[in-house]
Amino acid sequence: MRLEPRERASLSLRLLAPILAIIVALMLCSVLVAWAGAPIGDAYAALVRGAFGSMFSISETLTRATPLIFTGLAVAVAFRAKLWNIGGEGQLYAGALAATWIGTGALALPPAITIPSLFLGGAIAGGLLLLLPTLLKIRLRVDEVVTTLLLNFVVLLFVDYLLFGPLKDPMAMGWPQAAPIVDAGVLPVLVAKTRLHQGFVWALAAALAVWVLMRFTRWGFEIRAVGLNPDAAAFAGIPINATILRTALLSGGLAACAGVTEVAGTKGYLTVDISPGFGYTGIAVAMLAGLNPLGVIIAAIFIAAIYNGADSMSRAMGISNYLADVITATALLTVLVSTLFVKYRVRRG
Amino acid sequence: MSEPQDAAALSVRGVSKRFGNLQANRDVSLTLAAGQVLALLGENGAGKTTLMNILFGHYVADEGEIEVNGRHLPPGSPAAAIAAGVGMVHQHFTLAENLTVLDNVVIGTEPLWSAFQRRSQARARLAELSRRFGLSVDPDARIGTLSVGERQRVELLKALYRNARILILDEPTAVLTPQETEALFETLRGMIQEGLSAIFISHKLREALAIADRIAVLRAGAVVGEFDASAVDHATLAATMVGREISPPSRTAITPGEPILELRSVTAHCDHSTVTDASLTVRAHEILGVAGVSGNGQVALADLLSGLAVPKSGDVRILGKLAGHGSPARMIAAGVGRIPEDRQTSGVVGDMDICENLVLEDYHQAKFSKFGWLRGSSILTHAKNLVNRYDVRCASTSVPARSLSGGNMQKLILARVLVREPRLILASQPTRGLDVGAATFVHEQLLEARQRGSAIVLISEDLDELLALADRIVVIYRGRLSQSFAREEATPARLGLLMSGHEEATGAGVSDAA
Repeated sequence: MRLEPRERASLSLRLLAPILAIIVALMLCSVLVAWAGAPIGDAYAALVRGAFGSMFSISETLTRATPLIFTGLAVAVAFRAKLWNIGGEGQLYAGALAATWIGTGALALPPAITIPSLFLGGAIAGGLLLLLPTLLKIRLRVDEVVTTLLLNFVVLLFVDYLLFGPLKDPMAMGWPQAAPIVDAGVLPVLVAKTRLHQGFVWALAAALAVWVLMRFTRWGFEIRAVGLNPDAAAFAGIPINATILRTALLSGGLAACAGVTEVAGTKGYLTVDISPGFGYTGIAVAMLAGLNPLGVIIAAIFIAAIYNGADSMSRAMGISNYLADVITATALLTVLVSTLFVKYRVRRG
Repeated sequence: MSEPQDAAALSVRGVSKRFGNLQANRDVSLTLAAGQVLALLGENGAGKTTLMNILFGHYVADEGEIEVNGRHLPPGSPAAAIAAGVGMVHQHFTLAENLTVLDNVVIGTEPLWSAFQRRSQARARLAELSRRFGLSVDPDARIGTLSVGERQRVELLKALYRNARILILDEPTAVLTPQETEALFETLRGMIQEGLSAIFISHKLREALAIADRIAVLRAGAVVGEFDASAVDHATLAATMVGREISPPSRTAITPGEPILELRSVTAHCDHSTVTDASLTVRAHEILGVAGVSGNGQVALADLLSGLAVPKSGDVRILGKLAGHGSPARMIAAGVGRIPEDRQTSGVVGDMDICENLVLEDYHQAKFSKFGWLRGSSILTHAKNLVNRYDVRCASTSVPARSLSGGNMQKLILARVLVREPRLILASQPTRGLDVGAATFVHEQLLEARQRGSAIVLISEDLDELLALADRIVVIYRGRLSQSFAREEATPARLGLLMSGHEEATGAGVSDAA
């Protein structure tokens, strides 16, 4: 058996492959469902109902997908330039902190620009946070995988300190949380009686903007060239360092927007547990999407659906909701394998 | 020399081999008579190496069979090939750098536990072989310390130690200076006298004519001609190899113009390559050839002119102005067109499409982007125009550059460089790995650029190429440049001496005789 590169993969193949991969992943995981003692059909039916079964479950899935779209975009942009940003979680909290600072009355802003200011301030904070490891990478060749990853814990502990100290809301009855975002800064709910908020629209717009940026602009051209072949890019005179720094600002800024949507939308105030690892899951989202900005939307909704669905499956069937992690991981593997088959065909002999 | 009644040492009958859509060998039949040298000529990708890999058991042929001394050779087994007396000297040496010559020769021939026991025996045998075939080499020297020519001798000894009676030499002269090549031929002739036979694989016609008794020409996987070396000429072979008549590039005499590039005592290095105290001037309408064995500072010189390397000392002036240091973008802006040595790694971004690769150096110009937005339609028009003008064969301009053949990839790079009408062109090994057709195209384009008034620095390891194109030639050896020769004064012998580090004993250029 040998793998042979395909000259061109048809569009239908490229669209069909990930769907097939996800079906294969669900089939593989059904072994675990059966092992846990639940009927497979009923279990998956409960999963699908939990994710998309009602207006409410759909809204919950999209609410959960919102920060994942942002962190997924952050990773997609950075990885395109071969900047291995594993620090989405830290950048998310940096964005959340900035939004809290701006949105709890530190600045007297006209109501009309409060929300945009939250996103802008958050993005600047996240971008600056990623700038530090990126400068170390460029100047001293320090591996950014290590620095961005470890910065996550630094930021998280700093947030923890602030929430028990200076930022602690005196009205919160002793809970470690910050004061709520002012009314003008709260992201309006899109559908009545759900939690789905305007952040989802911002996320869709960001995905579209990133897609346009990568495809139709000079900066996108530079990011792609530097990521795909840094030697050739350097030879052709493309400014490598400037491109990587720009990418870092963009990537950190996008991840930080996830923190803004959680503080100003889903939750309304900052706590230390606003993110159950959205920053890390963003890596899975981006990989699942093949680093395509528009694919990130679908991948984020898929992963959000799996997590929400698995929660209701575990309630209905009495099996552990850790299965969601297993399904996500398996789907990631099968989708990666499927991209191999899109690029290559298998030949015998 | 050749007697038709000679017994066949090796015969190949009807061998075919496919890789996917590529027919690498098509019904190849060849006979190597005992005590003869058969040259196998062909362009890159003609199927020479595939055929030899089948012979040596690395691949299994789809059809056909091989006989050695009249006995069937079982396919797919290098061990069987060695046992039958076939020895192969690969294009890329297969030696362990940290072991000694003796270790490398003995390794694999004996079970590990007995290798040391019989070391003195092995040493004696190796000494005997080197004496008999004139392959002098210190058995205790470590491979890492040997020159390329010496390493090749070790490869030969390795084959002889295994009692090879039929030697297969895959492009053995690619890494040698003309003198080393001549020494290799001497050795080969000695071996033939001892009754060995050899297959000599090459794409260099001159060498095939010099060493072979018979010459077989491969094209597109099939044998398209077989000749007695004594009864065929250069032109016939070339035409058979390429499949059409080829004429040498025509160059017209033209007086050089103003100096375009001036180096004054420049020292620079990058990675492991160094150029030391280099001074030279290249004028408009002039091609300066830089000859030398690979690894003597060509990379540093090329990186210096590409803008990748920063000079440690000395001046680089382009059109009289000091060149921007360490910035390819500034070199490009100063009017330098650069053709990199390695197309795949520095020439193109393989996963970007042809359009994008064609504007890789120009995307920021107003013609191709405005307010940060790429102007897709003007990039596309530009690409279509260049693809036509430079005959880049591609399915469409939206396929990734990776899918292009070597020749077409080089045409793409040439198009990108020449369309800017550069005043100085740096061409680093511009025809390495290209077939004759594509190489001819590159040569014509360089000569046309010379005609239009460009100054060209042509760095090449191919002396024929330099002698055909250059107006003046300098030799680079251990990072130092020799005096320059006018093309009329440059002969392979003279250049060869300088390439191997010998100072000229006579001539105007000698200054350090004291």
